[in-house]
Amino acid sequence: MMSDSAVEIKNVYKIFGPHPETVIDLVKSGVSKQQLMESHGHVLGLENVNIEISAHEIQVIMGLSGSGKSTLIRHINRLIEPTSGQIIVGGKNVLSMDKNQLMNFRRFDASMVFQKFSLLPHRTVAENVAYGLVIQKIDKHMAEKRSRRWIDRVGLSGFEKYYPAQLSGGMQQRVGLARALATDADILLMDEPFSALDPLIRTDMQDVLLSLQEELSKTIIFITHDLDEALRIGDSVAILKDGVIVQKGSPQTIILNPVDDYVAAFTKDINRGRVLKVGSIMDAQITDHRLSIERDMVVEEALQVLVREGEKSASVVGNLKTVGGIDIDTLISSLARPEVSNTTTGEND
Amino acid sequence: MDFTNPPMMDRQDLRDLKKSIDLGFRDFSRAYGDSLESFFDPLLYFLVWFERILVAAPWPVILFVFAILAWFGARNWYVVIGTVGAFLLIGYLGMWIDTMKTLAIVSVSTLLCIVVGIPVGIAMARSNRVRAIVTPVLDVMQTIPSFVYLIPVVMLLGIGKVPGLLAVCIYAIPPIVRLTNLGIRLVDREVLEAADAFGASYRQKLFGVQVPLALPNIFAGVNQTIMMALAMVVIAAMIGMQGLGQQVLRAVSNQYLALGFLNGLAIVGLAIIFDRISQNYGKRLQKHLEGGHDV
Repeated sequence: MMSDSAVEIKNVYKIFGPHPETVIDLVKSGVSKQQLMESHGHVLGLENVNIEISAHEIQVIMGLSGSGKSTLIRHINRLIEPTSGQIIVGGKNVLSMDKNQLMNFRRFDASMVFQKFSLLPHRTVAENVAYGLVIQKIDKHMAEKRSRRWIDRVGLSGFEKYYPAQLSGGMQQRVGLARALATDADILLMDEPFSALDPLIRTDMQDVLLSLQEELSKTIIFITHDLDEALRIGDSVAILKDGVIVQKGSPQTIILNPVDDYVAAFTKDINRGRVLKVGSIMDAQITDHRLSIERDMVVEEALQVLVREGEKSASVVGNLKTVGGIDIDTLISSLARPEVSNTTTGEND
Repeated sequence: MDFTNPPMMDRQDLRDLKKSIDLGFRDFSRAYGDSLESFFDPLLYFLVWFERILVAAPWPVILFVFAILAWFGARNWYVVIGTVGAFLLIGYLGMWIDTMKTLAIVSVSTLLCIVVGIPVGIAMARSNRVRAIVTPVLDVMQTIPSFVYLIPVVMLLGIGKVPGLLAVCIYAIPPIVRLTNLGIRLVDREVLEAADAFGASYRQKLFGVQVPLALPNIFAGVNQTIMMALAMVVIAAMIGMQGLGQQVLRAVSNQYLALGFLNGLAIVGLAIIFDRISQNYGKRLQKHLEGGHDV
């Protein structure tokens, strides 16, 4: 898998207000958000955001409402203009594009899925899925064919002639997903795509996305406020707080080494047994055991295996090689969540 | 101090002011009246042509056409039967030709209002500055007593069909402009953002998203415009417009009670027919917004 960065966001600032360009230097020299608001009447949306997003990976950007995550994702296809900074997608500088280049970029290079689906209510499922293709001015017959294929892929065959209002939320977002995929863009921007769905449907849709991603291997930027979702689908997670990236890394790193209390508070309620992988808590010393388990297995499953086999410890394998060992005590203690406190004392061991 | 009369400009000056406006406009109409008239000639030909067709067409054909229109507009047998019945009654009471003439003028003026009004409404929706200019103009058009603008229209174009048509349009065009503007402004921002995100051009957004989604409102505007055009028929008759309005006018000046009521009710009949057809059609345009499939 290639891992050159497909999307680079460099030193991006976004200030909302009547004259952002007049206060940008103040912000860069370290004026606080509060001060900017009170004495200059501007709101700091994003502050010095830097992310490199690898091609063919799912980059989750997570944060609570008001953290600026929806603003950030809209910078990538320039639905929102940054006040300063650089955005480079596939080697192309998005900010230097003229109107036509930007239009073509949006048509062919980056498509988007929205929180509230944003389907065209007056068009059928088939017409909605074909929307991006119609915009691309692809031949009608061809567009129909491709639209039908994607409707099929997201499991909506038979609903081609329905209007969005006649479908459930989950089905509407399948249409939204098919619409975005149909354009064949390499980059998929997903702005809280599953937040409006019930928990059960949400998990369903995550599965749909993951299985599609296995085949398509797009570069996906996925916004969410739900940590479980972030950890489940993200290859990499960035946590945004008040317009600042506070931590980025793999899901495992975020859980095991939260950079501050804010992140720790986020992670405390998640089910660690279903997220933590054996590989990230194992003992790197290679020891010989009767039983061996996969590096990518989650702790919960590993415990089940060990208990079933009546073993106290096992070797850990990855790529068919033994890479370390793990014992049942380590597995169990990894489930205990670290205490969140103002000081970093009080680690139970 | 005199508190019974507010300060007033000198009588002589006032007289001169009015006189200079009158003379100025008279000069203007002398200079440009003919060219304005010839500018509106195509409209006149079209109106005359349409009126002739309606008057000359055999009555069963007209009935049939309206029955079809009613069916396609409303998809409702009551509306079809009501339409046919109303036309038969109008014919039986001897108002067929006048009704056809009124029909012609109302249709042509509605068409003119749509052709002019929708683009103006779109321009208004797209720019707050255009809206700021157009809104007060519409306010004036809707509130100024119709007789007042009959004066310049007659001075410019004389008496006849075209001035009548213009008078009807001045009165009837505001709703379609307003509702087009409103409809486009009410289009969901998020849907528009999605269109943007997929790289839709200005035209693709306008004709693919904004206008179709505004259509129910635009149609409500068309409906209002038709109703107002019908309401203007009698006043337009004062400057030579033929049809039901002229009969009403004749009834008023001669105190013919029955004539007045019959022609007045014929106008009401037309209004109800147009209203039911266009309103039901407008409702059907919103069909897609209804959920309720057992999915």
